[in-house]
Parts: sequence; structure tokens; C-alpha cells
Amino acid sequence: MKKLINNPRYVVEEMIEGYVLAHPNHVRQLSENARSIVTAKETREGKVGVLIGGGSGHEPAFMGYVGDGMADGVAVGNIFASPPPDPILEATKVIDKGEGVVYIYGNYAGDLMNFSMAAELADLESGIKVGSVIVTDDVASAPKDEMEKRRGIAGEFFVTKAAGAAADKGFGFDDVVRIAQKANDSMRTMGVGLTPCSLPQTGKPSFELEENEMEIGLGHHGEPGLEKGELQPADQVVDRLVRDIFADMPIESGEKVAVLVNGLGSTTRMELYIMFRRVKHLLNEKGIVIHRSYVGDYSTSLEMGGASITIMKLDDELAELVDHPADCAMYTQK
Amino acid sequence: MKMTADELKNFLMNVVTMIEEQKEYLCELDRKLGDGDHGVTMSIGWQAINDKLNDELKYEQDCGKIAIMTGRTFLSAVGSSVGPLYATGFMRGAKAFQGKTEVNDVELKDFWVAFVEGIKERGKAEVGDKTMVDSLQPALETLQASFDKSNNFVVSFTEAVASAYQGMESTKDMLSKRGRSSRLGERSLGTIDPGAASAYLILETFLKTMNAKKVV
Repeated sequence: MKKLINNPRYVVEEMIEGYVLAHPNHVRQLSENARSIVTAKETREGKVGVLIGGGSGHEPAFMGYVGDGMADGVAVGNIFASPPPDPILEATKVIDKGEGVVYIYGNYAGDLMNFSMAAELADLESGIKVGSVIVTDDVASAPKDEMEKRRGIAGEFFVTKAAGAAADKGFGFDDVVRIAQKANDSMRTMGVGLTPCSLPQTGKPSFELEENEMEIGLGHHGEPGLEKGELQPADQVVDRLVRDIFADMPIESGEKVAVLVNGLGSTTRMELYIMFRRVKHLLNEKGIVIHRSYVGDYSTSLEMGGASITIMKLDDELAELVDHPADCAMYTQK
Repeated sequence: MKMTADELKNFLMNVVTMIEEQKEYLCELDRKLGDGDHGVTMSIGWQAINDKLNDELKYEQDCGKIAIMTGRTFLSAVGSSVGPLYATGFMRGAKAFQGKTEVNDVELKDFWVAFVEGIKERGKAEVGDKTMVDSLQPALETLQASFDKSNNFVVSFTEAVASAYQGMESTKDMLSKRGRSSRLGERSLGTIDPGAASAYLILETFLKTMNAKKVV
């Protein structure tokens, strides 16, 4: 796979360098740890801090979501690997304004260990209160009776959005945790993979699919999904993904939702909008109201081909938070 | 048999070399079970340790400090899931080496027992889950049982490494129950777990380091 990089060993460092140089009004890198990035503006006194993080290779997730109305800080790991505790801890210290910090991250063994070690250290060393909400939106990654095992994928955007808006509106620590948890519990994601990505260090594809194949439920790091099959037209793929979402999360006519059609890296906007159009038709048939739509690359897997659909049910509280403005280097909402 | 601080550093150097040689093999195993980067991750961590060995640890003679620095450096360089696991192993093991410029048979045994216990506690994986614990736990059991009889570290560690090898091989027939590959189900059968493979290779490298010094 061809890539425009220099030494594969330094891709993450060079990406971060470029990112903070490009957006000095939005973000700054901490001198204490090169893998910690926080908002350029100091976090407001009395505001609950929101910290996100995870492996690199998912851009704009996660570092692109640091900004007003979203996260206050991010810890950046190696490609597809959780950050260690140090950058999490350093960012925590900077964004804590006495009201505590809420960690939001995906449900992976590495993230669980590193973020919980950082949370323990934040409490021990600095007496900072830390809450954690683990994102588990990927329906395909475990059956419903083992929901706690599900991976976190594109839906983490919605959890960050809701929690970031809540913190920005002045919600207290317990309420920001509650909102993040509610956002996670109110949404589901189903994805499809078409082509693999390759890690800069190895240059080899992370999995194999034949030219005419797709894989339903493929993970964000190339983890095998539910089933491989012949590539279907977009409408049929969308029908399948949406059917699986509603089988897992029943919904009534008249309910409100937010929809995210997310590209995995090399899937075009053309394809994503073709998919969205079908989602809209299906929801119209069911009498479900799309309150707000997001279409684009929100959480990628390097240059993987494919897409995911996330549907989040909205009560009035979540709807208001989804509508709250946001201003990040890689995402803005008015 | 005693091990000096310089010999301990020699072991760490040997792991650095071994990981570079096995990097592609470990990635290949991981491509079948995960995202194909286990060799890269191990290499990133051990290269960072290599940098420390040539810098801050160059003249360090406290075996405990060397072990702690090894764990912390690995963790800071890789994060991931192996970061906290190996960091916990080295830092727990370091207690047996604290303040010592050379360590004896009992301390070497205590180091590896604490190393494995620390990893088990941090990762909460059990034998049969298809993880590094499948190499480490049999090694731990053999090391303890054999050392109780012989009081000889090299003799018991030789047997422990053989048990680790069998443990590693046994992961071929296991279904993944931990980490990302746990979502693979039946598709995880037939491949050695890359974490079990690298854990075995590290133990084997320690034994080779001890044996090389016996000849000299």
C-alpha cells in the first residue's frame, strides 16, 4: 500500500506536530507529554473536564474532537493501540478545574487497563476525581446478552458530543457521567468492510477480502465480523445494517433519532450519501424522525474501505445536547 | 548462580535483538487473530528500552532500578494492552531485586514468580483464554515446583521454559477469550497466540543469557 509518509516509526509524532501547527487557535500540545493535546483556551473554572483518547489511525477521532462543546483533552496512542497512562494523566491534570474529569473511551482491553491506571494515578497523585464511560456501540461484536463485551466504534462521536455539550452547559460531574452513559446506552452501530487497511510499519493488509466480497460487522481494526459474503448494492447493505440495529434496539414510530453514516477511510462521500438516503427512506417508513444527521468520515481505520451506520435514540435532553454548538479543528457545528 | 546488573542488562539487550528478529513472525501470527501489529508493538517497546540501556541505565548497577525502568519505559512507549501487562510484570519483579547489584538463585526465582503473578493480576486472564498467560502460568508452576526440589535456578528455569513452550503450543487449539481476538470465535483456532509466543521467547532469551554465561 502506497502512503505519503516519512519514517514509519515517527508517523504519530509527525501527525501531531502538523496538527498542532495547523490549528494553534484550537489545540496545544503539552510540554509534559508530547502525546497529550488539550484545548488552546484554558478549560473554564468550574467546568467538568472531558477527556478522550485511543489509538491513532482513526482520525478525525480522537484528537480532532478537542474543542468547545466537545472534549477538553485527548491522549494519543500509537496506531490502533491505547495510549499509556502518562499522556492521559498529564492531560487530566491540565483540564481538571476542581470539578473532576470524565474519561470516554472504547471498550478494548488495552484502553481499559491504561485509562484505569491513569485514573488511579490522578486520584493518588493529585486527588482528581475521575469518572469513566466505556463505549460499546458495535452490535456485531458480541450478542445482546453479552453487551458489556461489545467494542466501541463510530458511536463514540455521539458520546463525546453529548458529554462535551453537557459539560459546556455547566452540568455537574455526576450528570456528565450520566449523560455519557445514556448516550452510549441509547445508540447502536453496525458496519460493513470492503477493503483492508495496512499499518505504516508493516505495509501489509490487516485482513483479506476478495474483490467481490464484503464483511458485515467488521471491526475498526480489521477484527473479523459476523459474516463474509458477496458485495451487495448499497440499499441492500443498508437494509441489513439498519435491520440488525433495530433488532437489537427496538424503536417505536414517532421516536426521534440522530443518525451518523460514517466512512472508514477510503469510502467516498458519494457512497455515504447514497447510503444515508436509504437510511432516511427506511426510517420514514417506520415513522421515525431524524432530528439531526451526520454524514462523513468521523472515525476511520486508516484507508479501510467501508462504512458504518449509528442510530442514537433521542429524548428531549439528548436532543438538546446534540444540537449544542461545537467548535473543533476537525469538526464544527453551529 | 548469581546474575550481575550488567548481565541483567545483557539479557535485556538480547531481548531487543530477539524481538527485531521475530518481529515479522509475531505480526504474521497477529494478522490471523488481531490487527497484525504485535511484532511492531513489541519492537516499539524494546527499542525504547534499548535507548534507555544506552543512556540512563548505562552505568546503573541496582538490579531493582533496572527492572523498574524497563517496565516504565516499555509502558510509556507502547500503551496498548501489552504495555500495562509487561510493566506490571517488571515492576512487581523488581521488588525481589531492590537495592541489589547482583542477585542469587532465590531472588531470580522470586523475580519471575512476581513477574507472572503481576501480569495475571493486571490482565485477569486465565489458562485456556489464549493469551500470554498460557505460556507464563505453566512456566510459573514448573519453576516453583522444580525450585522447591533443586534450589537451583538454572535447572528449574530450564524446565520452566520447556513448560512455557508446551503452553504456547497449546494455544493453537484454543478459542480466544480475551482482548480483540475474543470476538473471533472458531476462527481463532489453529494459530498460536502472538502474546503467548512473545512471552515464551522472552523466557527463552533469559535462559539463553544464563546459559551463555555458564560457558564463559
